[in-house]
Amino acid sequence: MNRLLFFAELQEQMGAEQLELQAEGQTIEELKGYIGDTYQLHKVKEAMVAVNEEFAVNDYQIQDHDVIAFIPPVSGG
Amino acid sequence: MSDYWITENPLNPRDVIDLVIRPEAGAINTFIGTVREFTEGKQTLFLEYQAYESMAVKKMEEIGHEIEQQWPDARTAIAHRTGRLEISDIAVVIAVSTPHRADSYEASRYAIERMKEIVPIWKKEHWHDGEKWIGDQKEKHPGVPSKEEVQ
Repeated sequence: MNRLLFFAELQEQMGAEQLELQAEGQTIEELKGYIGDTYQLHKVKEAMVAVNEEFAVNDYQIQDHDVIAFIPPVSGG
Repeated sequence: MSDYWITENPLNPRDVIDLVIRPEAGAINTFIGTVREFTEGKQTLFLEYQAYESMAVKKMEEIGHEIEQQWPDARTAIAHRTGRLEISDIAVVIAVSTPHRADSYEASRYAIERMKEIVPIWKKEHWHDGEKWIGDQKEKHPGVPSKEEVQ
């Protein structure tokens, strides 16, 4: 299983902070497509992604237990 | 206590400064980011900050390491506040100590610019007529971080 984390506007649009699903074997890009279409969360495609707290590229292939965070543009400071 | 942290409590710059004070340092540069009331004429009522806390702390530590690579004698401490912040509240405190002043200015500037690139913290503006999550990440291609960002 994989845990998906949503922040800021993505979290509000999703109506949830996290989601558990089986994403093993998919690429980040495929997962973004799935989430975007299934939850009408199209902004997810523009988000950066962190896998296990490190930024990951779109063609990263997801492994079991990976924690995937969708990172909309940040603005700390 | 770690030199990098996120808290919902008010920040005291002194706590951050104390972490980098040492006999080898001749300069401590402190950056304090506060909540601005007017942005291009538009009035902010209050801000709300949210962090992906575990990753944000990790990325703040990473910035500290980057600074120590670029300015080997520098020591860095960073604290960021989350939750609801009122006008003039302190959102972030960065303290960098170095033997000589020029490096402390440069490293401090580097730290805050880097914060806005790689640290997962978001702010939501609340206005009279609405609210919005604001992002100003210097991302070149949405969804495709640069190689340096991934490494």
